[in-house]
Amino acid sequence: MIDKIRVVIAKPGLDGHDRGAKAIAQALRDAGMEVIYTGIRQTPEAIVNTVIQEDADVLGVSILSGAHNHLLPKIVEQLREHGVDDVLIVAGGVIPEEDIPKLNQIGIAAIFTPGTSLQQVVEFIRKNLKRKRS
Amino acid sequence: MFNPDEIKKIHAARQRWESQLLNPTLEKSSERKAQFISGSSDAVERLYTPEDIESINYEQEIGFPGEFPFTRGVQPTMYRGRLWTMRQYAGFGMAEESNRRYKYLLQQGQTGLSVAFDLATQIGYDSDHEMSYGEVGKVGVAIDSLADMEVLFDGIPLDKVSTSMTINAPASVLLAMYIAVAKKQGVAATKITGTIQNDILKEYVARGTYIFPPQPSMRLITDIFEFCAKQAPRWNTISISGYHIREAGASAAQEVGFTLANGIAYVRAAIDAGLNADEFGARLSFFFNAHNDLLEEVAKFRAARRLWAKIMKNRFGVTNPKAMMLRFHTQTAGSTLTAQQPMNNIVRVAIQTLAAVLGGTQSLHTNSFDEALALPTEESVRIALRTQQIVACESGVADSVDPLAGSYYVETKTNQLEADALNYIEKIDQMGGVVNAIERGFIQKEIQKSSYQYLSDIENEQRHIVGVNKFKTENDTKPDLLKIDLAVQERQIKKLKQLKQTRDNQLVQQRLAELKKVAESRDNIMPAIISAVKAYVTLGEICGVMRQVFGEYKETIVI
Repeated sequence: MIDKIRVVIAKPGLDGHDRGAKAIAQALRDAGMEVIYTGIRQTPEAIVNTVIQEDADVLGVSILSGAHNHLLPKIVEQLREHGVDDVLIVAGGVIPEEDIPKLNQIGIAAIFTPGTSLQQVVEFIRKNLKRKRS
Repeated sequence: MFNPDEIKKIHAARQRWESQLLNPTLEKSSERKAQFISGSSDAVERLYTPEDIESINYEQEIGFPGEFPFTRGVQPTMYRGRLWTMRQYAGFGMAEESNRRYKYLLQQGQTGLSVAFDLATQIGYDSDHEMSYGEVGKVGVAIDSLADMEVLFDGIPLDKVSTSMTINAPASVLLAMYIAVAKKQGVAATKITGTIQNDILKEYVARGTYIFPPQPSMRLITDIFEFCAKQAPRWNTISISGYHIREAGASAAQEVGFTLANGIAYVRAAIDAGLNADEFGARLSFFFNAHNDLLEEVAKFRAARRLWAKIMKNRFGVTNPKAMMLRFHTQTAGSTLTAQQPMNNIVRVAIQTLAAVLGGTQSLHTNSFDEALALPTEESVRIALRTQQIVACESGVADSVDPLAGSYYVETKTNQLEADALNYIEKIDQMGGVVNAIERGFIQKEIQKSSYQYLSDIENEQRHIVGVNKFKTENDTKPDLLKIDLAVQERQIKKLKQLKQTRDNQLVQQRLAELKKVAESRDNIMPAIISAVKAYVTLGEICGVMRQVFGEYKETIVI
């Protein structure tokens, strides 16, 4: 029996737009994954703690306030500081295309911008998991 | 509206039409879909006839504009007398940049200002707070103290321009700053006109910029009601907002139901605080969303007006017609804008503008086509404003009052939405009111259900979005986007440091101590906040004291 993929969906910073985060959380759950949603206004530190405590395979970060270039690197940095390197990190939100290469470079595997289908997100996660649950 | 004999005849004629014409047609070729759904996923019938509205009493339910139940509008002449206020929500970066944008918009023929604050400001943190990192100046202008507010309105005469401020948890602080700036311009508080959003209840369920728990938050709101009734009587003290509830994914009926349920809670709180519903009821204003489903949206606005009038009259017993009028601002639906083929959004916004105008809005913000990508540029904002101006000058829809009244579909839909919204209000009543319903997660759950339904419909192609799941193109044109860099944050923090070095810090401490005392008492908090802002106490310092006294709200997580 294969364990469920464990996903933390997080909202960093002060952004309250949680419609996307909640929809993704529900879609991943419907796709058979175990989803932990942090709620809004999480510090990078709190998000990293949740990822570690929940033994997550995937971290999905949702940002619509434009603070992605500042908050995403902080989260990645803190995960590294805690020695976490096998968690698949993805992000979604209102993120201009020109910002995406930089974010990919620091270790965000995919950026899902508005209009992405739920199926695409599910498939991406399944294909790109860094560790396999067995 | 129709006599029974007439309805019988129509019924018979309809049966004949169905058997002779419709059924043979359907046998030859089926319709495009097995079921047609509205923007809110309600069933849409093939045809509406007088039969659908046979029981409606024209005088009681539809009536005349400017009269109860205000279905047809709050003014007797509506836009023939005066057009709606064209008010573009704007703000970004530091106060200087936003001030320039406001002056630009006023030059372009905009008739009122609408201030967007950054998230740090909206949540009561100064720009140098650790939670503010990365957010300063992003979704709105950064305001730390009166010094920033002075720059924001520099050269803008506050006795002539009305200003709407989207501020909720710290609404009293920003209003205090506005009053202080006006005073410096020589404009008395009694002369200022505008609105603060000041609607905390929807923050808990949809928008997320709450600070304090419900009880002290409601006290802050009623303190503002009471203060303004005497000191700033032309100011609209609350804008009860369905906009964000809809943006969070609610249906049209939920938007109306949850918003009016919040309205009921504010009226109840104000009455409990000793205010007269006939007086402050006339100062309440609302804020709704305009989506793409044109006819459903028009019906929604009409239903909201009628339902609110009945609530004020029957539930609260007001006799002043002004206190029964639902006056509202509208913003086109940000969530309908697509990042794909962004120019198409201009057309979406035009449809939504028609919905708002045909629905009888008092003021309107039109979104810019690039807003699924970033904050709007000067050019995209101008197109958005021009969209309103084209509808006003060229479409003709503003020249007759409530022109869609009497449409079998629109009247049926108006009835349905009113009934569905009332049903939500009754459910919330049974739970003991809105605050209980929020704490139980009921409202959040309902919104979440609709939101997921909408998304699933798109996913399963039950709903087509041009450019997203239909008519896609490979190479989208990329518009130029507005960028706010981290330098804004650095400059803003530097400015704040300078302020803290040059102001009278002894006076600041004294004001903060006084504020704490008033916060702990039951006295009206507004005078203490005004004294504090005048001494250049910062927003973060003021909210810090209130956080100490009132505590902070933690969300009920519902998925």
